[in-house]
This record gives sequence, structure tokens and C-alpha cells, in this order.
Amino acid sequence: MAVFFAHTLGIPGPLAYLLAALIQSGLILGLVAIGALFFIWLERKVSGRIQDRLGPTRVGGRFGWLQTLADGIKLIGKEDLTPKDADGLLFRVAPYVSFAASYTAYLALPFSNGWVALDLNIAVFFIVAVLGLEVFGVILAGYASGSKWSLFGAMREAAQVVSYEVPLGICIVVPVLICGTMNLTTIGNMQAGWFTNWLIFHDPFTFVVFWVYFTCALASVNRAPFDLAEAESELVAGFLTEYSGLRWSYFFMAEYGSMLLVSGLAAILFFGGWNGPVPIFHWLGWAYEPGETAWHLTGFLANLAGCVNFIAKAVLGVTVMMWVRWTLPRLRIDQVMTMCLKYCVPLGTVGFLGALTWQAAGWWSPNDLAPLAPGGSAVVRETWVPVTPSDLTDPVPATAAGEGSAREPQAEAAAVDTHRQATVWSRSTGGEQL
Amino acid sequence: MILAAADWYSFFFILFGGIACVFAVAVLLTSNIVRMAFYLTVSLGATAGIFFLAGAEFVGAMQLMIYVGGTLVLLIFGVMLTAQAQFITMRTRSGEWVLSVIVGSSLLFLLLVAAFGVDSWRTRGQSDSLTVADAQTATAIGAALSGVRVDRLSVPASETQRLRGMSGYLLPFVVVSVHLLVVLVGAAYLARTRAMWREPGEQRRSRGESPAS
Amino acid sequence: MSPLLAEITVSHYLAVGAVLFVTGVLCMATKRNALGVLMGIELVLNGANVNFVAFGSKYLRADPLGLDGNLMALFVIVFAAAEAAVALAIALNFYNNHTTIDVDKAEDLKG
Repeated sequence: MAVFFAHTLGIPGPLAYLLAALIQSGLILGLVAIGALFFIWLERKVSGRIQDRLGPTRVGGRFGWLQTLADGIKLIGKEDLTPKDADGLLFRVAPYVSFAASYTAYLALPFSNGWVALDLNIAVFFIVAVLGLEVFGVILAGYASGSKWSLFGAMREAAQVVSYEVPLGICIVVPVLICGTMNLTTIGNMQAGWFTNWLIFHDPFTFVVFWVYFTCALASVNRAPFDLAEAESELVAGFLTEYSGLRWSYFFMAEYGSMLLVSGLAAILFFGGWNGPVPIFHWLGWAYEPGETAWHLTGFLANLAGCVNFIAKAVLGVTVMMWVRWTLPRLRIDQVMTMCLKYCVPLGTVGFLGALTWQAAGWWSPNDLAPLAPGGSAVVRETWVPVTPSDLTDPVPATAAGEGSAREPQAEAAAVDTHRQATVWSRSTGGEQL
Repeated sequence: MILAAADWYSFFFILFGGIACVFAVAVLLTSNIVRMAFYLTVSLGATAGIFFLAGAEFVGAMQLMIYVGGTLVLLIFGVMLTAQAQFITMRTRSGEWVLSVIVGSSLLFLLLVAAFGVDSWRTRGQSDSLTVADAQTATAIGAALSGVRVDRLSVPASETQRLRGMSGYLLPFVVVSVHLLVVLVGAAYLARTRAMWREPGEQRRSRGESPAS
Repeated sequence: MSPLLAEITVSHYLAVGAVLFVTGVLCMATKRNALGVLMGIELVLNGANVNFVAFGSKYLRADPLGLDGNLMALFVIVFAAAEAAVALAIALNFYNNHTTIDVDKAEDLKG
């Protein structure tokens, strides 16, 4: 996008980057905020229906879809309370830490083929790492509130989240090892085609691993039945007790943001991401083929449809999370820990070993994964790396975006590939990996 | 500064480096243990940003995951467990401050002189424009940890070739794994709960002793 | 200051690493809380890591350490985490036995 600004509009280099970065982060922020709005409304509707009542119906017409907006306005207008015993600085900072962690992880999440803010080569790892930072906000909130309910809730949540990171990591590694890359765009592109190409159908172990991942993701974002930290019936509101008004809504934006994030991650890792059950755009010839670099409108439309597809899958995941919340009773903290250490970790490990064996032995799988070719992105991407200003003013050279390499780690081939420098404009996401 | 800030790299480096240094100094200066932990978190997060800027994305993500998400959570737990009111804020005597500042500033001066003194470190060393090929260190790291140094395959055949398989990081990797296992067992043993014993009317003994001893 | 106007080189990274290192050493020297000392240790190790990564970065030097620098930093991170766990266990034991976390009170083995 920065290239577009620099070349087409003639804006100087650094400013073009800034503009592109601002637009992308604004888009993500909008997604998180509107997503939170939408999910709060959805939760109330879903919970209402499950509990045999209607949910909001007045504000905003028959379905009450403006209810969340009204709630938001109410929350902003509330008095800004800080308890006397609270540690002032930490109390104020804690919601932002949580929200920042949740939001940062979106930077590496691709929404469609090439539509990602930061096309990291280690995207999966980055997301898992940043998700683990959210617990910090919770701990700070719990301590800084100066009340014992908050502290208990925070400690419980910290123990829970930290413990569940282990099986979460194990489950996330399984698609990574099947695909051979941690780049989420590449993983998504490899699952193009029919729905049998989705990684969840790769082998029975991966199928099990998905459900373990879902459970661990539920625990990781503190949703019921693992919501000890916010247990309304036990700890008043856990670490949220002393928070009201806008600060409370920051925590909830962080929580719904994380829910959408882990659902989106599951969609990419296991359900093909933006690739639909039926490869319509491939038949139409609209989708970008691996190695294509020119931009065309039909490709953009195909990507847009993929984005809608992806968001639909993520929202479906969140809806299932809500469904589970209002159906299952809450687990005690010792049951939560037992679940993690005695059930999720062994199941995850067995699934990992099984998928590893399946993959290594090359047994039959319904998948026909695209080879690890750089089908990554046909649209130009830019990264942290300093680019001298001349790159933005020179004419765009022909891209060399296509080196497919075999999946088996050929050391010599890899050496050749790593020595073959990608040009400034190409993002050979797959070509230079083993 | 304006000249340097015209380049986004310099801007972000100064930003992250500044945050890391400022919050490290804040860790030093504050006496409230919980705030110390928070400032350390921010400082280590900024250090992760510095790692990303230097192209070591894998190390940066590891820093975030292990250091900030693991070690610091551990530290915070420790802080919470020992955070009785009188231990949250403990001041150091000013005599110690004077001595430490003298030693610290001389060490800092020495290090800075060394850092800016070596000529080969003061130039970028890049002759052409940097290519935007991202740091593909993840695969290379994995291969190196398995013993194959894929970034060294261009080394001419010689002694090194014979040892190529052993030039990887397989041995340190295994050693680290065993080390972590030992640490896990040891820390769990050290931190095990012992029964507290208190007789009615008696003063509270230190934990870990039974009344019979 | 001319280093501020020049482009970012290894020296700047080393300067940041030096500041972190010295701050960590001062923390270790002056803090009375045992956990404060532990935080100083973490800062020291981070300063060293910044140095390693700076020398290993291919954006800063023509012949960087490359993978060696990054892997060293990786191992340092892992070992630091392990050592923090053990140190915390020791600190907690100390706290349980003496009901204080003040290192100035750790005088049982004194002369």
C-alpha cells in the first residue's frame, strides 16, 4: 500500500509508510471495536435464546442491535472511580496493557491472501507469544485494585492462562508441522481448494487436536466454563470488581478481541482460512495463482470474498464459544487445572505425535495441500526493514516471486535459495523456506 | 535528531531503545516492588522491539513469550506472594547509592567509549540498498538446532566440511533440555509446601519448622 | 551529538545494551528486596542479549555473526528463565524461613 501511495500519489517515502501503517492499524482497530460491539449484542441475543427469552429488543428496532452502542454511551458517562487503596498508576494502566496485547496479535493475522498488516515469517509464534501478554494486564488489574477479591481472581486467571499456554502451543504446532511453515498466509494458501483440503481433515489426530485447541483457547481467553477469574457468582467480578465505566469496557474489548483472534487463528490453521468449502473463485479464474504479481480487480474481489469468508468462520467460532458458555456449568479452579494437566496436555501430545507420525510416514490423507510455493501474496508487502528512499522512487522492477521448493528439507536447495536474494518488491514467503 | 528521524528505522530504534533505557532506569529508581516489575515488563517488551528491528524476529518473539510472558509472570507471582505492606517499599541507604552510582557511571562510560570506539562498528557496512527479504531465521534456526548449519553451506570443503554435521547447535540444545528438566524438578522441590504448625497461644514459628525440632 | 545524527549502527545497539547492563548491575547492588535483585539480573542478561543480536544482525554489518548471535541470545533467554525460577524458589524459601524478603537481613552465615 505504501508503494501505491509513493508511486501513484507522489507522497514522499517515509510519509507513505506512515499513511499506510495508519490506515492498516485503523482498519484493525475498527475491526476489533466493531467486533466487540457486535459480539456483546450477539452474546446477549444468544444467551437470551438459550435461556428461552428474547434478549435486547427495544433499542435499534426489532432486534436491539443498537443496544451495545447505548451501553457504550452509558459506560463512557460513568464516574471515573479509583479505589483509595489502589495503586494509581497500575490501576489506570492495566486495561490498556490487556487491550494492547490483544490488539497487537491482530497485526500478524491475515484476513485474506496477502491481506495482513505484518507478514511475519513466524506469525504463529508471534501470535502465541503476544497472547501470553494479556495475563499481565489481568494481574496488574487484580493487584492494583487493592481488594482481595480482585487479587484472588487475578491469581487464578494468571495460573490458568499460563498453564493452558502449554497445550495451546502443542496444538498449534501440529498444523505448523504439517505445513512446514509458521507463516500464516502460506498456511492459508496451502489449504486452497475443496474443503477436504482443510487441515482439520488431514488425519484423525489433527481432528482431535483441533478440539483440544478449542478447549485450550476457551481457557486461554477466560471464557466459560473456564471463567473463574470473572466468576460473577463467586468473586463478585474477580479482577474486574473495581473497574467501571470506560476501563471496564477496555477489558471487555480485549476479551472479545482475543476470542475473535483465537477463532480466526483456528480458522486459518484448521479450517482453511479464507478458502471456502468450494473453490469458486478458482473456477472463475479470479483468484491469484501462485507466482502472480500483477494486481487485477477480479483478484481483489476474490480476496474480498475470502476475507468475508474468513470473518464468517471466525464469528462462527465465537458463536460456538458463546453457546458453550451458556450451556455448561463453570469449572472449579482445581478442575480447571486437572483438565489442563491431566487431559489437555496428554491429548495434545498424543495428537502431536500421531500427526507427526502420519506426516512423516506419508500415509494417505484427504488433503492435497498446495506445495510450499510462494503463493503468499501478489500484493506488495513492506516490513520493518529499512528501505533506502531510492527504492520508493525507482520504477518497480519485475518481480521474481516464484521459486517453489520441495517440502523435503534439501539442504543444498535451501542454501541456494537463501543466497538468492529476493528483490525489494517480492515477498517470496514460501520460496526461501525449507 | 531530525536527520535521523527522517528514516523510520532510526525513529523506531530511538523509540524502542529510549523506552528500554528509560524504563530500566525507572526500575532502578523506584522502590515499590510491584511498580518495579511493571517497568521491567515494559523495558523487556521494548527490548523485544529492538530485536525485531535488528532482524532477529524469532529471538524477539521468544523474548516476548519466554521473558515477558513467562519469567516476568513468575516474578510477579513471587512479588505477590511476598508483598506484605512493609516489604513493598524498601529504600536503600544513600551511602550505598553514592558508591553504586560512582561504579555504575564509570562502567557505563567505559562501555560507551568501547562501543563508539571501534571503527568497524560505526559503519553500516552495507554497500547496496537493503533487500526486503525478511529474516528467514526460523527455518535456519530449526535446522541449526538439529545440527545442520544451512547458513554455512557455502564454506569451502575442508576441515569444516568434515565437522559440518557437528557444527550445529544440537549438543547445546540437548544440554539445555536436560538443564531445564533439572531446573524444573529442583525448583518444584525447593518451593514445595510444607505444613505450617501453630499451637494455640504460642507465637508463630517460622514456616518449615515442626514444633518437635 | 554526532551519533544521534548518524545512521543507526552496531554502536548504537551496543550503547543501549550497555545502559541496560549497567542499570541491571546497579539494581543488583542497591536493591534491598531480593526480587529487586532478581530483576537486576534480568536486566543484565537483556543487555548482553542486545549485544549478541546486534552483532548477529545482517542489517547492521556486512559480515554478521548471523545465526550464531541469534542462537546465543536464544540460549541466554532460556537459561535466564530457568535461573529466574530457581532464584525465585530460593527467595521464597528465604521468605518462608525468615518472614522477610530484605536481603540485608540475610546475615545468618555472617562471620
